[in-house]
Amino acid sequence: MALHRITLTVNGETELVDVPSNMTLLRMLREKLVLTGTKNGCSAGECGACTVIMNGEPVNSCMVLAVECDGAEITTVEGLAHDGQLDPVQEAIVEQGGVQCGFCTPGILISSRALLNRNPNPGDYEIRDALVGNLCRCTGYLRIIDAVKEAAQRRSVVAS
Amino acid sequence: MKGKWIGQPIKRNEDPRLLTGQALYVDDVDMPGMLHAAFLRSDYAHARIRSIDVSAARARPGVVAVYTAEDMADFWRPGPLIVPPPRNVEGIVFHARTQIPMVKDKARHIGDPIAVVIAESRYIAEDALEDIVVDYEPLEPVVDMERALEPDAPLVHDDLDSNLAAHVVQEKGNYEAARAKADVVIKRRILVDRGAAAALENRGVVAHWEPKSQQLTVWDTTQAPIPIRNGIAAMLGLSEHQVRVIAPFIGGGFGPKIMMSQPEEVLVPWAAMKLNRPIKWIEDRRENFIGTTQERAQIHDVEMALTRDGRVLGVRDVFLHDTGAYDPYGLTVPLNTQSHGLGAYDIPNYYTEFKVVFTNKMIVTPVRGAGRPQGIFVIERMMDLAAKELGMDRAEIRKRNLIPPDAFPYRQEIIDQAFIELVYDSGNYLPVLEKAMAMIGYDRFIEEEQPRLRAEGRHVGLGLVTFVETTGVGPYEGARVSVESSGKVSVVTGVGTQGQGHFTSFAQIVADQLGVDVRDVRVVTGDTAQFHWGTGTFASRGAVVAGNAVKAAAAGVRAKILKLASKVLETPEEELELVDGQVRVADIPERSISLGELAVMANPLRGAVEPGTKPGLEATDYFGPQYGATASGAVAMIVEVDPETMMVEIKRFVIAHDCGTVLNPMIVEGQIHGGVSMGIGNSFYERLVYDDNGQLLNASLMDYLLPRSTDMPRRIEIAHLETPSPLNPIGSKGVGEAGAIPVPSAFAQAVEDALADYGVEILETPLSPNRLFELLSARG
Repeated sequence: MALHRITLTVNGETELVDVPSNMTLLRMLREKLVLTGTKNGCSAGECGACTVIMNGEPVNSCMVLAVECDGAEITTVEGLAHDGQLDPVQEAIVEQGGVQCGFCTPGILISSRALLNRNPNPGDYEIRDALVGNLCRCTGYLRIIDAVKEAAQRRSVVAS
Repeated sequence: MKGKWIGQPIKRNEDPRLLTGQALYVDDVDMPGMLHAAFLRSDYAHARIRSIDVSAARARPGVVAVYTAEDMADFWRPGPLIVPPPRNVEGIVFHARTQIPMVKDKARHIGDPIAVVIAESRYIAEDALEDIVVDYEPLEPVVDMERALEPDAPLVHDDLDSNLAAHVVQEKGNYEAARAKADVVIKRRILVDRGAAAALENRGVVAHWEPKSQQLTVWDTTQAPIPIRNGIAAMLGLSEHQVRVIAPFIGGGFGPKIMMSQPEEVLVPWAAMKLNRPIKWIEDRRENFIGTTQERAQIHDVEMALTRDGRVLGVRDVFLHDTGAYDPYGLTVPLNTQSHGLGAYDIPNYYTEFKVVFTNKMIVTPVRGAGRPQGIFVIERMMDLAAKELGMDRAEIRKRNLIPPDAFPYRQEIIDQAFIELVYDSGNYLPVLEKAMAMIGYDRFIEEEQPRLRAEGRHVGLGLVTFVETTGVGPYEGARVSVESSGKVSVVTGVGTQGQGHFTSFAQIVADQLGVDVRDVRVVTGDTAQFHWGTGTFASRGAVVAGNAVKAAAAGVRAKILKLASKVLETPEEELELVDGQVRVADIPERSISLGELAVMANPLRGAVEPGTKPGLEATDYFGPQYGATASGAVAMIVEVDPETMMVEIKRFVIAHDCGTVLNPMIVEGQIHGGVSMGIGNSFYERLVYDDNGQLLNASLMDYLLPRSTDMPRRIEIAHLETPSPLNPIGSKGVGEAGAIPVPSAFAQAVEDALADYGVEILETPLSPNRLFELLSARG
């Protein structure tokens, strides 16, 4: 299968990758860049475990071909913390007890971060709506929703 | 038993790894030279295999091997009977037919593997599946449980006379005599349909044979690493010490991952040894629907005999239980249904009979709840119908029948899934029910709110149920606790962990025993190289059985610490205390020694030790309960039904529960939240739809609906009541399945109440908007 050379930014680092035409962004992250934090739950865009931020938007990385990512800017769960400082969403989800098996957590964190980037003070409905594409079988979502609220508050306290 | 750490909502030790993408799951294992496996599964639910031609698949570039049953030769054998039937039930019939690694003659469900392709990539392996030509002779499938038992039904297993897998009758008291004295007898047929466990992580296995060290390492998404290790060793003719099974972070278990010696779990290690290359197999989501075990389908014909004043004299329940194509898990699920068929009530007479039926569907093994939700659904629905029949308040009929607090230990006089008499060890049920009623504002809702809302044309209803959960069953678990020379503590135990927070709750138990910070306790679970005695994480038993083993081992270390420190500090043991990682003289805190220094002294490099001295500050211990601890609870919920769309909104959800001593309320509440969300799925969203050919019609997460963030109630209001179990030193009871058990019965009652104008009776779960519409249409 034909290989394509693409250049993209992943978690702030420039990466040069040769990818086959049929390789998804999810597989490229996990297999080529060994960023295994992004999980594969269905390979069909139904569960949200593979969510990453692509050019500012949350996407199911199993539904994006790697070749489409030439020039793109990608953030994965490995890129949420900066200089050892966890993202407020990461901190809040621990405080609220929003993690159980952890398999959906990377996608949940990314969807939450993408939401807070476009809406720093979301209400309950907006949070639920932003997470509707992320399935979680362990937590029942409520702790996660509380965590996103808490993260938003932390950010506004810092900002004020 | 509370302490500085036990009972506190400690943040989880494991979370930092999980939050940053650093936790290892099976699919994250990568090895040089690793091959990939893909399975060909039957196109038909029931078909004889005339021939399999794999030549084209073998010829495809990149394919390393293709195996069928024939290639396995003597290694082909049916899986073990994981749970044998109880021997102490009179007249029991049980036909063991365990799953096969690959089909030899006949496929019995659409998940049955026919061939496995091993290739340089999964992509090539899946392409090669298309090259395999199977000559099927389709047979009439057995899909419907009742049809399966008709004399002319086709046979799932040709060597049996019928599709009857098991028949069990148990009786407490004398139902017929009770019925003769009853004022009212209510009779109904109640249905529960199939659902999936649907863990977010699909199953997976990576196997690596290292010929130089003669070691086989298997990473497996299992809830039971030690039994898997023993099974793999036995099958491959290896010593158990040559096989290391690692269950790393597991992306949710919920039951099916306890199912052992599944075809893929056996074939991948076998092929890895044969080919001398590491092999990875990760289930895809469709396979998870057709190739991973499922649960819940039963048909109950139930009768309840009562006095006019609402006292239940007896229950007679005769039910069919669908076990699918094989029955490797024995009778665990239907026995659980039997043992929950009386719920939290003091009912003196109980006739319970079940027939287990083979069908051409996926194998049935426990899924979170494991037969318990069905038992509770039946008894709670019957309580509601009895209340209506007698014109009684539904709370009142429940109160009149609850087991009183002075009746514990309460004997149910039937054998349960642990093969011993079911005994509820302890509890106090009335305050639990009253708490749930107070929280939901039961009286006010019934007397004021509901009439007001109904007058506005709104369809609001309330559900109120009680439940019990048998938990913490034996046989046993073990643990080893060691203080290292750094002063930090290591804990190893054999159970696997799938998100229950064991890295934290076990650390809390140890931290209290040894006077160390919970963050200085490192817990390892699920690695047979670290600890190789035990069974696994299932039946809500981790915190109870493994937790108490951890406590016993930690107590052993504590005794060693005190003995040694007493010599070093020249002070009697009684005057010493363990605080902040130090042993110190209680009255003279400056006279102290750190645990790290003591650990070094306990493991000297030179010199002599006293005879009988065992090195290190380390102890191993085990715990096995006399019988399981029974937790209890009550759920109250308010729903509103939109008659235009038949969508149901859960306006309030309250659960009061008693799981004995709470180790970590944050973790316990998390378990309840998760169970409740699965219970909501089992009530309104999740139904596996098989057609008449035994094909699963909704084998994707687009078609099989898990509850999403928008389907959950705004809050889950929880109250903890604690009646410590007398059966274990911590006093804990399990909670893993508690949330899932009561929800369908509460939901059905609430919806029925909301639709009271229409006079609809709900005798099935799961519902759906369409199904509600059908039920209402049928009423006209």
